[in-house]
Amino acid sequence: MSEVVLNIDGKEVKAAEGMTILQAAQSAGIDIPTLCHHEKLEPYGACRICTVEVEMDGWTSLVASCLYPVKDGLVVRTRSEKVDRIRKVILELLLAHAPDSPALVALAEIYGADKDRFEKEASFCIHCGLCVRYCAEVKKKNAVGFVDRGMRREISFVPEIAAEECWKCKECFPLCPTSALQAAYALTMGLSTSQPFSGFEGD
Amino acid sequence: MEELKKQGLDDQVDLRRTGCHGFCERGPIVVIQPEGICYLRVQPEDVPEIIAKTIKEKQVVERLLYTDPETGEKIIHESEIPFYKNQTRLIFGSNGSVDPQNIDDYLAIGGYSALSKALFQMDPTQVLEEVKKANLRGRGGGGFPAGRKWEGSRNAPDEPKYVIVNADEGDPGAYMDRSLLEGNPHLVLEGLIIGAYAIGSHEGYIYVRQEYPLAVENINIAIKQAEEYGFLGKDILGSGFDFVVKVHRGAGAFVCGESTALMTSLEGRVGEPRPKYVRSNVKGLWGKPSVLNNVETWANVPHIINKGADWFIQYGTEGSKGTKIFSLVGNIVNTGLVEVPMGTTLRDIIYKIGGGIPGGKKFKAVQTGGPSGGCIPEKLLDLEVGFDELTKAGSMMGSGGMIIMDEDTCMVDVARYFLEFLTGESCGKCVPCREGMRQMLKILTNITKGKGKEGDIETLEDLAETLSAASLCALGRTAANPFLSTLQYFREEYEAHIKEKRCPALTCKELISFYIDPEKCQACMICMRKCPAGAIDGGKNKIHIIDQDKCTKCGTCFEACPPRFRAVKKISGEPVPAPIPEEKRTIARKGKKK
Repeated sequence: MSEVVLNIDGKEVKAAEGMTILQAAQSAGIDIPTLCHHEKLEPYGACRICTVEVEMDGWTSLVASCLYPVKDGLVVRTRSEKVDRIRKVILELLLAHAPDSPALVALAEIYGADKDRFEKEASFCIHCGLCVRYCAEVKKKNAVGFVDRGMRREISFVPEIAAEECWKCKECFPLCPTSALQAAYALTMGLSTSQPFSGFEGD
Repeated sequence: MEELKKQGLDDQVDLRRTGCHGFCERGPIVVIQPEGICYLRVQPEDVPEIIAKTIKEKQVVERLLYTDPETGEKIIHESEIPFYKNQTRLIFGSNGSVDPQNIDDYLAIGGYSALSKALFQMDPTQVLEEVKKANLRGRGGGGFPAGRKWEGSRNAPDEPKYVIVNADEGDPGAYMDRSLLEGNPHLVLEGLIIGAYAIGSHEGYIYVRQEYPLAVENINIAIKQAEEYGFLGKDILGSGFDFVVKVHRGAGAFVCGESTALMTSLEGRVGEPRPKYVRSNVKGLWGKPSVLNNVETWANVPHIINKGADWFIQYGTEGSKGTKIFSLVGNIVNTGLVEVPMGTTLRDIIYKIGGGIPGGKKFKAVQTGGPSGGCIPEKLLDLEVGFDELTKAGSMMGSGGMIIMDEDTCMVDVARYFLEFLTGESCGKCVPCREGMRQMLKILTNITKGKGKEGDIETLEDLAETLSAASLCALGRTAANPFLSTLQYFREEYEAHIKEKRCPALTCKELISFYIDPEKCQACMICMRKCPAGAIDGGKNKIHIIDQDKCTKCGTCFEACPPRFRAVKKISGEPVPAPIPEEKRTIARKGKKK
C-alpha cells in the first residue's frame, strides 16, 4: 500500500491508500462526528453527519468522510460554515424522532441544533442501521432488517430467527443510539405467536 | 387482416403492426405506404372504408385526415403535419415503419449494418473514438459523455466487464424509452452490442421495468431473433467476438433508475443506491467495470457508427450534440413524443410542434427533467434545450419529460406534488433524503392548505440545501429542484399563500371559495341540480346561493354555469360576500309573457 499525504484542517496527515477520510482523521486525532459508523462494519454512508468539505484541483464539494477515499493532495475541512449548517439541520431532523438520545443531544449542543425545530414524530429509530448491519455482518444471523422504504422504512425483527437467536446475543442493544431497538425487540417477541415470549429472560 | 381477406387483397397488401408513431393525441394512427397517407384516430369501423376507398380506389378518406387548426385545411401526408414537420426524427423515425417483432423489417432499413461495420472495418478503439468524437452525452438524465464512460471501463483492469441498458424509466409522464424499446428494440440491442465490442464486454443486461410488458416481450423476441441470425452469442457474424445479453425485469421502484441502485438490484439485492466515490464504470455490477447507459443513448450508437461522428455533430449545440426525444404532456394541444435537434427552443417545441395551450389558456411554465427537474417560466421560453442550458435555468434535461402547465396551475402545489412523488420513492437510507423530504413535504402541504407561516420559505431553503449537498444519491441531491425553481420564478405565489392565504392560480382547495354573483345569476337551476353536495339553494326565478359550509369545492357549479352567464366565481384571499337578502332574490322576468 502506498502512502498518501493529505491536509485535514490545515494539518498534514499521512494515510495509506484505500483509507477513508474518516479513518485518516481519526488516526491523526481529528474528530469528525458519526452516527451510523462502526469500525467493525462496512461503511454505510447513511446519516451524513460526517459530511466534510473537500478540495481537489480547485474543486470544492461536500462528501461523506466515512466513504470518501483519501487522495494525495486532498484538502479536507471538517468544519466550515456550510458543513456546520448541514450537520445542524441533520440533527434537527433526527431530534424530531428521538429528542432524548444522548448521542444526538450532545451533538446538538455543539452545532446549536434546536430539537423543537420540526414537529415531533417520536418513532425513536434514526435508521442508522447499526443493529441491522451488525447482525448481518458480524453475527451473520439477519435477525433484524429494514422493511418498506422512504418515510415508511423501519427496523423489524424476523420473529422466527429472533426467537432462536436473540435472547442469547443482544449484542446490538448497546449499539443503538436511541431506545428504539429494544422496543422493537420486545414488541416482536410479545407479538410472536409461534414461540412463547422469551424477551428478557437471558438478561 | 380479415377485412383485407374479405376484400380479396390479402396477397397484395402487407399489413404491419408498428411501434408508436409519437402523435399520441391523435392515435390510433394508420399510414398507407408508399403514398404516406396518414389517418388519425382510426376506429375498427373505419377499416372497411379505408381498404375499399384508399387501397382499392386510391381515394383519400377525408374525415380521417389531420385538419390544420389554423387554416382548416386537410393534410394528407404524415410528413406535412406540423407536429411531424418540425421534428428531426433520427432515432425515433423508424418506429413507424418496422414491425418490432420482426428482425427482417429492421434489416430491411439497414439494421445491424453498423454492427458489421464496427466488427469488420473498425477496431474497438476506433469505435470508442467515434463515440467520443460525437460527444454523445447520456440521455438518461446526467448527460455524462458516453465515450468517456466507455473509455473508463475499457481501461479498467478488472474483468469481466458489463454493459447495461437502463430501461427503468420511472418519471411520471415520460415514455420515450418505452416507446423505443417497444417500437424498435433491435436499434437498442445493436447499440448495446457495438458498445460491448468497444469496451471489451461479453455480457450485457437490459433492466426494464415490469410495468412495460410489451417492451419486455419485444426485447425478448428481439434477443431471440438476433441470436438466431448470429448477431448475438458466440463468434458474432464470424468475427470471433462473443456477447450475450439477459433481460432483467425491475419491480417498479423509481430509485432503481439511479445507476448504483439499479446495479444493486441487478445483483439480486434491495435496490438501494450505494456510495459512488468510485465510479461504476470502474467498479459497478458485482464490483466489476460496468457501463450503464439509457435506452435512448444506446439507440444513438448505430447511427453514429454508420454515418460517422461528423454527421452526428452537425445537429445540436456546442455542448449537446444530436437530437433528443421529449415526451410532451400536460396542458398541450398535441400530446406526444417529439424528437428535435438539441438547441431547439422551448417555444418551438411547445408551439410549433406541440400546437400550444388548449382552451385559449395562457402558458405558465414547463417542467422539464422529471420529478427532480425544475419549472421554467414564460420569460425563458426562448431557451435552447441542451444539458447545460437547462441546468443553468434551474432545471435539467433529465430523461426528457416535458410537462406543460397553463395559468390554472398553482406552482406551490406543483412543488408539493413532485415532492410527494419523490418522498414515496426515496429508498429511505440516508437522513437528508428521508427526513428532509418528510419535513419539506409537510411544510409545502401546510402552505397549500393555508397553514403556512412566516419563516416557512427560509426553513424550506435550509432543508433544500441539506438535501442537495448531503444526500447519498442523485434522487436526494436533486429532489429540492421543483421547490427551488418554483421559488426562483414564482416566489410571489409562495408569499401569497403564506401571507394572504391566497392561491393566485385558484387551485388550492382550502384557499378558494365558490360564489355566485347575484347580478349575473339567471336562476337557471343548472348548477343547483348538478351540485353533488346539495350546497346550492335557489329555485326557478330565485337567485342561487352557495352554502359555504356544505360546499366541497369540487368545482362542478363553476363548470356547469353557462358561459353566457358566468355567474359562478372562484375567489381566493378575500371573504365571500354575504348572501343577498331573501326579498331581493326573486328575478322579475320582464318582457316574458306568463
